[in-house]
Amino acid sequence: MIVFLIKRLANAAFVMLVVALMAFMIFRFVGDPVQLMVNEQTTQAERDELRERLGLNQSMPMQYLHFVTNAVQGDFGISYRNQQEVMSLIAERFPATIELVLMATIISLVVGVPLGVITAIHRGKWYSEGLQFLSIIGVSLPSFVIGIMLILVFSVMFNILPAFGRGDVVSIGWWTTGLLTPSGRAALILPSIALSFYQITLVMRLVRAEMLEVLRSDFIKFARARGVPAWRVHYSHALRNCLMPVVTMTAMNIGSLIAFALITETVFQWPGMGLLFIQAVTFVDIPVMAAYLCIVSFIFVALNTLVDITYALIDPRLRNAKA
Amino acid sequence: MTVNLTSPSLFARIRQSDLWYSFTRQRSAVFAAILLAVLIISAFTAPLYAPQNPFDPAQLELWNAEIPPIWLEGGQWPYLLGTDTQGRDILSAILYGSRISILIGIASVVFALLIGIGTGLAAGYYGGFVENALMRVGDILLSIPTILIAILVSAIVRELLPPALRDVGAAGVLVLAIVLSGWVQYARTVRAQTAVERGKEYVQAAQLLKVPARRIMFSHILPNTLTPILVAATLNFGMAILTEATLSFLGIGMPPSQPSLGTLIRLGNQFLFSGMWWIVLFPVLQLCLLVVSVNLLGDWLRDALNPKLR
Repeated sequence: MIVFLIKRLANAAFVMLVVALMAFMIFRFVGDPVQLMVNEQTTQAERDELRERLGLNQSMPMQYLHFVTNAVQGDFGISYRNQQEVMSLIAERFPATIELVLMATIISLVVGVPLGVITAIHRGKWYSEGLQFLSIIGVSLPSFVIGIMLILVFSVMFNILPAFGRGDVVSIGWWTTGLLTPSGRAALILPSIALSFYQITLVMRLVRAEMLEVLRSDFIKFARARGVPAWRVHYSHALRNCLMPVVTMTAMNIGSLIAFALITETVFQWPGMGLLFIQAVTFVDIPVMAAYLCIVSFIFVALNTLVDITYALIDPRLRNAKA
Repeated sequence: MTVNLTSPSLFARIRQSDLWYSFTRQRSAVFAAILLAVLIISAFTAPLYAPQNPFDPAQLELWNAEIPPIWLEGGQWPYLLGTDTQGRDILSAILYGSRISILIGIASVVFALLIGIGTGLAAGYYGGFVENALMRVGDILLSIPTILIAILVSAIVRELLPPALRDVGAAGVLVLAIVLSGWVQYARTVRAQTAVERGKEYVQAAQLLKVPARRIMFSHILPNTLTPILVAATLNFGMAILTEATLSFLGIGMPPSQPSLGTLIRLGNQFLFSGMWWIVLFPVLQLCLLVVSVNLLGDWLRDALNPKLR
């Protein structure tokens, strides 16, 4: 188990180092950092001093080492665009994205699991075939399209929900939350539905596939034979046995939801990390781009590693598998 | 038993295949195929009948701007679906835009397939260092969300291009971004399949006959790995169109001078609150139809080619 743990963690660390290398290369080679930070009035002496201060005269491996040590301490330098520390910019936006992603995850489970169960139990009925068909459409709709349609219906036509922003927020320490104010809650509805749409179809399809498998097993037949009511067989006995993969997929997908949130955030002008990143991309604000890449990949890799380790804890057979 | 010595024509072989049988039995697949054919043909023949060439600024007249669709009050022939704020006919823009979206989708899938099949075959056949390197690169690319790779590649390559080339090269940049974010999946599928095939007798026989490695890989092993690849390619064609649309929507894809469907949606999105819903709704519908039809076909193909479900 220890060997497995070390192998898995080393693998994760290696991946993160390569991601950091990519971020470093973007930072170093896309445009000259000095050129991007100065204006026309800066003298050559000042430029040289800045170059020295940024450590750009050192050898490349030294610079990379420097970049990694700084990044581990949460220091990603200064944003080119508004001269603020990148980390504080991101920290400011972090709660908005996390709230959106968690809300979308909750919605996807609350809606996706029952739909999956229904389509599995009533296989072949017109409504489950219809739901199955709708799920293909759900996979095919890009999240910005869903966002635009939701705005069109609920904000433009009926004018009942806000289409952009986060509403009023309350700060609790460094965390800001929109969940405690009416306008904050209202503002969260449309973006989280838009973001959860794709996830709902994934959950639904997974639950359906697992349920079909479980419903064929002996203990279900036995439960039926004993006269356990159908709803109990389905929702208590069968469903419980398909939740494991659902939990895994949900945990693993939080990372990609954070990445996909940047599209939703753009549509709804949601002040999260993704919107910050897209603005950084349009202004070629490299430090912000590099930091975002590192942070999102870190969350992604950390969740995957965590899921793998939990699995190995539960199922010893997996420990000998290739890490 | 009589043996038919003349080999049947290609058409007859298709007619007699299991795949064709399963295709004709599945209504959604037939529907999707017809829809996709209509969309592709209408997009590529658009110059023959579209009321206007939306890429040609000389054909845009400002007094034709903001006309609603023809069934609404104020609608005007020949602007069936209305016009945008610059007098661009929405229907023409959609048809020309679909053409760009489809071409970028096809190009990305083809290049990703070429790279993926090449590296996957080599990794699966030779094993060792090539295989390890491929798996490591795959691990890393799979630990970054694909949309993020596509955005970063697209943004960075654009930045590195000289400004004069940015609009001209936009389609190429998009293809590169989508290929780089998608080829690993093919490479892994081919590698896994190749590793299985490598141990089979027909490959050993070919090796004993001193058939060159390249020939064994491409003409002996490759045909046996194509089934999962075909399914992945179809589903990825839909994904590629979506990724292109997403990047263009975010403003790092096709420029407004050559709008793809994503660009049209981005431009239309600005008028969401002005009551001119048709500028955004019709490109959205076209994009959905396109991707839904591709995905329905891919879904059917996956089930039809899956031996477990027969």
